[in-house]
Amino acid sequence: MSILINKDTRLMVQGITGREGIFHAAQMLDYGTKIVAGVTPGKGGDWVLEGKVPVFDTVDQAIAATGPTCSVSFVPARFAVDAMLEAADAQIPLLVCITEGIPVQDMIMVREYLDRAGARLIGPNCPGLLTPGECKVGIIPGHIAEPGPVGVVSRSGTLTYEVLYALQRSGLGVSTCIGIGGDPVIGTTFLDVLELFEADPHTESVVLIGEIGGTDEERAAEFIGDQMTKPVVSFIAGQTAPPGKRMGHAGAIIEGGSGLASDKIAALESAGVSVATTPDAIPELLA
Amino acid sequence: MKLHEYQSKQLFAQHGIPIPRGRVAMTASEARAIAEELGGRAVIKAQVLVGGRGKAGGIRLAGSSEEAEELATQVLGMRIKELPVRKVLVDEAAEIQTEIYLGVANDRAARTPVMIASMDGGIEIEEVARKDPERIVRVWVDPFLGLREYQARNLATSMELPRQLWSEFARIASGLFKTFLDADATLAEINPLVITDAGKLLALDGKVILDDNALYRHPELADLRDIDEEVAPEREARKYGLSYVKLNGDIGCLVNGAGLAMATMDVIKSFGGEPANFLDVGGGAAAEKVAAALKIILADETVRSILLNIFGGITRCDEVARGILMALAGIQRRVPIVIRLVGTNEEEGRKILAEADLTTAASLNEAAKLAIAASRVEAVG
Repeated sequence: MSILINKDTRLMVQGITGREGIFHAAQMLDYGTKIVAGVTPGKGGDWVLEGKVPVFDTVDQAIAATGPTCSVSFVPARFAVDAMLEAADAQIPLLVCITEGIPVQDMIMVREYLDRAGARLIGPNCPGLLTPGECKVGIIPGHIAEPGPVGVVSRSGTLTYEVLYALQRSGLGVSTCIGIGGDPVIGTTFLDVLELFEADPHTESVVLIGEIGGTDEERAAEFIGDQMTKPVVSFIAGQTAPPGKRMGHAGAIIEGGSGLASDKIAALESAGVSVATTPDAIPELLA
Repeated sequence: MKLHEYQSKQLFAQHGIPIPRGRVAMTASEARAIAEELGGRAVIKAQVLVGGRGKAGGIRLAGSSEEAEELATQVLGMRIKELPVRKVLVDEAAEIQTEIYLGVANDRAARTPVMIASMDGGIEIEEVARKDPERIVRVWVDPFLGLREYQARNLATSMELPRQLWSEFARIASGLFKTFLDADATLAEINPLVITDAGKLLALDGKVILDDNALYRHPELADLRDIDEEVAPEREARKYGLSYVKLNGDIGCLVNGAGLAMATMDVIKSFGGEPANFLDVGGGAAAEKVAAALKIILADETVRSILLNIFGGITRCDEVARGILMALAGIQRRVPIVIRLVGTNEEEGRKILAEADLTTAASLNEAAKLAIAASRVEAVG
């Protein structure tokens, strides 16, 4: 009933002893995620979360001892690049980077390296993934989604929660929810996730939550028009943002006339996507 | 973070790019002295961090040092798009034959830096990009290889730059790419790069935007920040790591997350209201940060009501609630506040706020409607 993560996912948490790392590791564990290892250089040999999770100094040691299939990183921005490269070198197939504030030029280098290494990255600056009832990797609150047939993919963090919450109140369940992150350079894109949802037999429809800046939504629209058989519903944040103003993340910038919400909405609608005017309007468009 | 023209050109010069002789002046008499050093004829250029200086009359040509003083007096007294001009750059005047555009930025779709050039440089470059896209040439740069010489040559040949300037152009392109890389810039552009009457290339004007996320490793560049160019609430917001943009409406917004903040503005607008600002407190905001954010909004006299929309994930609702109480305790002004608090530790958050005089809402739509209604109630007393 899911893509990328499920009840068999064996999770490693990089930066597990930090303030955010330990708080969210506890929440993931409570949700039922199998956390097999934590990594914090210098804290190897400790056990955290009431002795349930062993901590290692290096990713290599964690892999040798526990065999994780996915890594989530809460490592602070200055060290986050190394954490991603270390996990990719150790051949972990799925990396999730929650950390915000990583310089763009660093991400260009990381993305190029990961592509060559064949690793998949979700993020950075993202809320992670949630397969309701099975596994939570990252910081999406677990109690706002039930298992079901709707795939959710989003560039935003908290706006994703807003949409999940609206789906839950309407009695609609979710196969997997993926926050891909709002930075200018990210790992997995809308297009990649749409391909996965299209191929997943348990996902019947998809909600795509975009925002101003870049052209990822337009490229997603092209794929939806040409190749998707499943219905897609969308919301684009920033419809009322004044052009030229920077709205928070590096990603959400309207520059030189491209990246406008109106362009994205037009592209999605011409691909047959129903675009909601408010997040609360999404469930009725799915019905 | 945007750099001034003079700061950008200093970075260029450090990377071997030819720039005009000149210096910054804070007063008209300094401008006169600099013009004298330059032989009398000089260009007086307002240093403000907004576009459209030329059209506003912020760039003037002086024929003598006396005239330089006179023009500097005028320019230093100007406001350009509301920003007062506090500095002028006094540059030697160049004899311009042709204006070229040369810039580097990140191409999000290709996920690599891209270098862009055109023989149609100058202030109309965006117009050229729209109307005659074939007049703009591009090369994409491999992040592990950097800009290679043949790529710079390819730019020069495809834009039809005169052959005798190719090697000088390649040197400048390479210097500009190094500036971009070394400074962790998101944009480095020379516009115009001119061919002078003497047949030399000269970077007449320039713009560099730095990646705020990378400033920690460039303390010398972080020090270039011109805090005089920021208005008070923006300066305050930056100090606390908040993203704040002032808008024209009367409903103050305080939201966690940029996407949700934009969606909150969209919802307010869709019900007929006008947001007074965009404000993202960011992920994992502590009470102090929330308090600072609320104080910035309360200090905005155009705000008639406030909508707080918090969906806790990495942010904890109890921390937010404590921040709200901290801000309200320190401020006299009372504005109706509508709060919508969901997610991590929401129960604790609600308990903390139970005593405070706030209107609570269950959904974003409801919160927006309540905030709009509150903004329209005539203030009493």
